[in-house]
Amino acid sequence: MQHAEKIESKITSTELINALGKIVSSESILFEQEDLRPYECDGLSAYRAVPLVVVLPKTIEQVQNILALCHTNQVPVVARGAGTGLSGGALPHEQGVLLSLARFKNIIHIDPRRRIARVQPGVRNLAISHAADKYGLYYAPDPSSQIACTIGGNVAENSGGVHCLKYGLTVHNIQQLKIITIEGELLRIGGSGLDDAGYDLLALMTGSEGMLGVIVEVTVKLLPKPERAQVLLAAFDDVVKAGEAVGNIIAEGIIPAGLEMMDRLAISAAEDFVHAGYPLDAEAILLCELDGTNEEVSEHVLKVREVLRHSGATEVRTAKDEAERLTFWKGRKAAFPAVGRLSPDYYCMDGTIPRKQLPSVLKAMAELSREYDLPVANVFHAGDGNLHPLILYDANVPGELERTEEFGGKILELCIEVGGTITGEHGVGMEKINQMCVQFNRLELSQFHAVKAAFDAQGLLNPGKAVPTLHRCAEFGAMHVHKGELPFPELERF
Amino acid sequence: MNADISQQLQQQVQHACEQESSIRIVGGNSKAFYGCPISAEELSVGDHRGVLNYEPTELVITVRAGTPLNEIEKILDDNGQMLPFEPPSFGANATIGGTIACNLSGPRRAYAGAARDFLLGCKIINGRGEILSFGGEVMKNVAGYDVSRLMAGAMGTLGVLLEVSLKVLPKAETESTQRFHCSPVEAIDKIHACSQTPLPVSATSFHDSVLSVRLSGATKAVNAAVNSIGGDAMDNAESYWHDLKEQRLDFFNTENPLWRLSLASDIESVLAGNTNDDDFLYEWGGALRWLKSDAPAEVIQAAVAELDGHASLFRHVDQQCRFQPLTPGLLRIHKNLKKAFDPKNIFNPGKLYPEL
Repeated sequence: MQHAEKIESKITSTELINALGKIVSSESILFEQEDLRPYECDGLSAYRAVPLVVVLPKTIEQVQNILALCHTNQVPVVARGAGTGLSGGALPHEQGVLLSLARFKNIIHIDPRRRIARVQPGVRNLAISHAADKYGLYYAPDPSSQIACTIGGNVAENSGGVHCLKYGLTVHNIQQLKIITIEGELLRIGGSGLDDAGYDLLALMTGSEGMLGVIVEVTVKLLPKPERAQVLLAAFDDVVKAGEAVGNIIAEGIIPAGLEMMDRLAISAAEDFVHAGYPLDAEAILLCELDGTNEEVSEHVLKVREVLRHSGATEVRTAKDEAERLTFWKGRKAAFPAVGRLSPDYYCMDGTIPRKQLPSVLKAMAELSREYDLPVANVFHAGDGNLHPLILYDANVPGELERTEEFGGKILELCIEVGGTITGEHGVGMEKINQMCVQFNRLELSQFHAVKAAFDAQGLLNPGKAVPTLHRCAEFGAMHVHKGELPFPELERF
Repeated sequence: MNADISQQLQQQVQHACEQESSIRIVGGNSKAFYGCPISAEELSVGDHRGVLNYEPTELVITVRAGTPLNEIEKILDDNGQMLPFEPPSFGANATIGGTIACNLSGPRRAYAGAARDFLLGCKIINGRGEILSFGGEVMKNVAGYDVSRLMAGAMGTLGVLLEVSLKVLPKAETESTQRFHCSPVEAIDKIHACSQTPLPVSATSFHDSVLSVRLSGATKAVNAAVNSIGGDAMDNAESYWHDLKEQRLDFFNTENPLWRLSLASDIESVLAGNTNDDDFLYEWGGALRWLKSDAPAEVIQAAVAELDGHASLFRHVDQQCRFQPLTPGLLRIHKNLKKAFDPKNIFNPGKLYPEL
């Protein structure tokens, strides 16, 4: 499947491969079909494209030379970390270079006094916390793929995780980046202090999905490990009550480290899979993790128990020890593969909504589920409103993938309707490019394109991703006419 | 008092755009001293005010940019919440728009985050006179580039802020401040020893041989932390931190230029040849240092650049301005971004850098 715009390179593929051979050694260049196959998709396998060539540089200077070569010859470049992304952000360009940062996997330096780690972009998220462990420190953002995903990809996607409400996203937990521009220039963004002179380019780069530059070094902030973590599990006979309980905890002045909700289908799938002891008769469960000093956790556990009871929980359990805490989490962490056992395929969505809209969104989703005749299980980062509906389908049934994608698109549009967003942490990539036309108007999309041009005037970095062209929106919009009004009336139709 | 004057503001911007004349964006004019003085026609955003959405349990407030900062703080306080970045106001007229445009944060910054960290979304007028919205009212949102945070600290050079959505947090149940008499090096050591452990530290300062450490959180946790770190309890702590934030402490009463140095928290000495210990006030765990000095800007900025930090002239009687010069590569990106938002260079030209 190829979605990207066609780009006229000034160089043939043979010339490109030869020129790359002068920058990196021959074993760092892949161009045979069987070698290219493993790179044809990322974590969103429904979208596939084989790149012209894969390059695996080892040094910053090599990356600079590769980008300069591509810039001079107008060759598209797609950067890739571990390829665990769920929105097709690392989907290759058929006429371009797939730039793998996999060999940049050194932890350059950990400074326990300053509580920072300088790492190369190919270092795995969890490897940072492992390396910092001996100093009693850790790196807070914990996307579910943290065993495999790399920090470079985390920055590109502004990855989150289950602890965002209290500890923030990637953007809140990095201090400095080194990036290479499409011209091959090395820039240092951010400094050794808590802020930098000029515009906040650190924020702009974070979550820019490889569209503005290639990240070659990241300095992350480390936090002291909490003295204690405790988790409560509450069962509810009604998802609305569970949603209200979340608001009630926050109204009590408590910000939990993690606050997760699962619905009936997700509960039973997880229980079947890992036997976490979840109550199977519940319509929803909440997992509430509290962390901090011993005294703080003790005080907050008592308060939260009380709040959950008053909010109508049919049962509240407090993990009696670390083993039980991990068991409670095990079900939540295994929710995706657990749901995967119920169905040949599942499609994971990623919208965010204002939390109070949860009941109406769940109701509307149940109606859509009936309409499309596809079951949906819900896991929800309830604290920050990030919803992950999992649509169950079978790709081998003709038309079912298309129906699933349409259903998914409807869910995202529903998120926008209630004041939310189409992506909380997975990114737009290739997957949600059409829904960007719904979330943003023509002027806002044009402003995004102007930002892109400030870094990459020729549009060579990750072409066709993250921000749709106005033409693409016109084509998409033609299929989705709202209230008889054609969006983008000034554009011609095909 | 509450009014939506966005159309009027848009027309003024469109007019300036047609005339290719420049605009000086003004909220409450409380921070006129900050940044480079510019002469241009005033665009007054102060009347564009009002709280548009605030539901405490959603932890988000959306306000028009001209809304007074103290009004917002009052509403949050009534609900047991706060702006976690503890912004200084530097005057009763300070607006939230000016606060965000300057990205100013107070004592809690090193422990909770900066203004930019709590900015979830904004509505702006760009230099083409277009009203645009970015981000939103939810905490996790990665759709499109993070234009909202780009606005924080841009000093109005990229657009006129119309509305901002901010994440808010519950106020701590208890706060307590402990003081220690010590040398600068001992203070740095103590601060870093505290930060190494999960103590509920929410602010630190050091000046005149006294280190102050504020602890905030659940009562039992704060009491335990007080016992653990020792020191002498401070009586009038709330007004001390307020005066520090608003720069009303004696330290700030000076004829000399006031410099703001942002650098690695554990640097033990900077500009040792040109300064005395008494010329410095440390905040943010050591990562922010206020310096009273009439040393040449080049000397101060070169010394700080050597440490990968940056120095800006924060206050000066002659209204001089000086932000840390950008490297050629970064300046090019800055100029390109300025052009992307404000192609005719109408917003606050020269307020941040002469080239922007």
